[in-house]
Amino acid sequence: MSRLRLVALRLAQAVPILLGIVVLNFLLLHLAPGDAVDVLAGEAGGAPAEYLALLRERFGLDQPLFLQLFYYIKSVAFLDFGYSFRQGAPVLQLILDRLGPTLLLMTTALFLSAGGGVLLGVVAAMRARRWADSVISVLAVISYATPLFWIGLMLILVFSIKLDWLPTTGMEDVTAFYEGWDRVLDIARHLVLPARTLSLFYLATYTRLMRAAMLDQAGMDYVTTARAKGLTERRVTLRHILPNAFLPVLTIIGVQIGSLLGGSVVVESVFAWPGLGLLAYQSLFARDLNLLLGIFFFCACLVVLVNLAIDIAYGLLDPRTQRS
Amino acid sequence: MNERSLWRRFAASRSGVLGLVILVIVGLVALTAPIFFPENPFAIVDKPFLPPFGKYLLGTNSLGRDLASGIAHGARTSLMIGLLATAATLIVGTITGALAGFYGGRIDNALMRFTELFQTIPPFIFAIVLVAILSPSLRSTVIAIAVVSWPPIARLVRGEFLTLRNREFVQACVVLGMGDMQMIWRQILPNCLSPIIVTGSLLVATAILTESALAFLGLGDTNVMSWGFMIGAGRTYLRSDWWLCAIPGIAILLTVLAINLVGEGLNDALNPRLRSH
Repeated sequence: MSRLRLVALRLAQAVPILLGIVVLNFLLLHLAPGDAVDVLAGEAGGAPAEYLALLRERFGLDQPLFLQLFYYIKSVAFLDFGYSFRQGAPVLQLILDRLGPTLLLMTTALFLSAGGGVLLGVVAAMRARRWADSVISVLAVISYATPLFWIGLMLILVFSIKLDWLPTTGMEDVTAFYEGWDRVLDIARHLVLPARTLSLFYLATYTRLMRAAMLDQAGMDYVTTARAKGLTERRVTLRHILPNAFLPVLTIIGVQIGSLLGGSVVVESVFAWPGLGLLAYQSLFARDLNLLLGIFFFCACLVVLVNLAIDIAYGLLDPRTQRS
Repeated sequence: MNERSLWRRFAASRSGVLGLVILVIVGLVALTAPIFFPENPFAIVDKPFLPPFGKYLLGTNSLGRDLASGIAHGARTSLMIGLLATAATLIVGTITGALAGFYGGRIDNALMRFTELFQTIPPFIFAIVLVAILSPSLRSTVIAIAVVSWPPIARLVRGEFLTLRNREFVQACVVLGMGDMQMIWRQILPNCLSPIIVTGSLLVATAILTESALAFLGLGDTNVMSWGFMIGAGRTYLRSDWWLCAIPGIAILLTVLAINLVGEGLNDALNPRLRSH
């Protein structure tokens, strides 16, 4: 029961943030040149005049600002983000169509970076101040300083152009008409480079964090107790220290999920990966601000959702946090 | 602490000194760009696609622009945007954090809710939206970076203010009848400068990375040469003339790396007790 209440409480806390994001979106809409309807209909025309008039009426542009805000919140609550005339489809449908590839890319990158970060962090901590630790630390510092889009291009140069091991762009070879496992394999081959690129920075972050947390935990009393019980060093590290050292990593995953989404915009536009990021990039070029704002809103909601999930996972992993 | 001992402690970290050396070189390149490359970096000087280390140090790009000139002028852009955006970020973050931490209660609550909202929003996508709406220019880039990066600074400053607020020297100021503003800016703020300086130095690096990514996506100022823009322009020719992308990327990598190393060196020098493992 208490777990359900925790979920309900977190959901209730997310509501004001979501409302804040809607208000912010509304303000951005007004900040753009032209009136909100020009923006809604895709800047620089494209929409028929009747539709514009209809929109002006529906959003009450002749009415006070707070009423306009009310209409805007109402339409967002009904998941109505308008129509993109540049793409010829409702914004919501465009976003939902592109959600799958982005989630695939992000979860793969997340598992690569969290898994790899935990592994490298543990190795670095166990070999603290020896050469493996130093090599890992130097690589982490370099990864921090590398622009995502550049490392993506360099990986394409080496692995696709020079070595010809992996495809350069896209999510699958559409001309091959693969089916079943062949298609899965084809998508996986296309996924290697973008996921590797996107995960690099986070791999470095989690490695350093995991290393520091492992060294922190190693000095705790419970570790001494575990050793006193006569447990092997391997068991002490893997079963006792590691789960506790993972908690700060989990926290940072939640904090960084928004920046991971931002990174996917860059990575998707480098690799022409057909997700939300590429859609954002295309909407920039088409000056389709409403579509861009729709994506922006959707991504912010996604961050709220993921943090909700992480809060709940945290409660499951660390029973102490449930009581408070 | 006097300056000499601070410098000695900074010099104790070899990586910090290495970072400083690279950073000084980048700074010199940026300062001397108008002397060595007086021509507009957008000017067409020769045939396109001349390879590096020939007639021109780094060759020419797809339009026949001098790549070395672009790198030198790009250094100016990167450092300038990095510094301006960081200054703006520090101003917004420090004011918010200081007011929240000093006054506490309802003001703190409201300001922190606001900060939380901004921390939830995916920063880079927010920056893209802001630049797209304000239309691309140096000013928009600086504003966008500042708007998305102030929350961590606000939290940091708030935390420092919360602990310093009840110290004896502040209580003494209250007894002396000192005004709130004077207490905040003249008494408390100088005491939490070192974490602000360290975080600020790392912010410069992040700002440069963000600026380059924006310029790469075509959201940079079209009248100003930038490393991100050069990579974006060169990506079409990756197959045949890969150095058009590689060279500006190495420039970004080195600059950001140098700033991070200096930041870490500063951290070790200013907070010797917090030295990482």
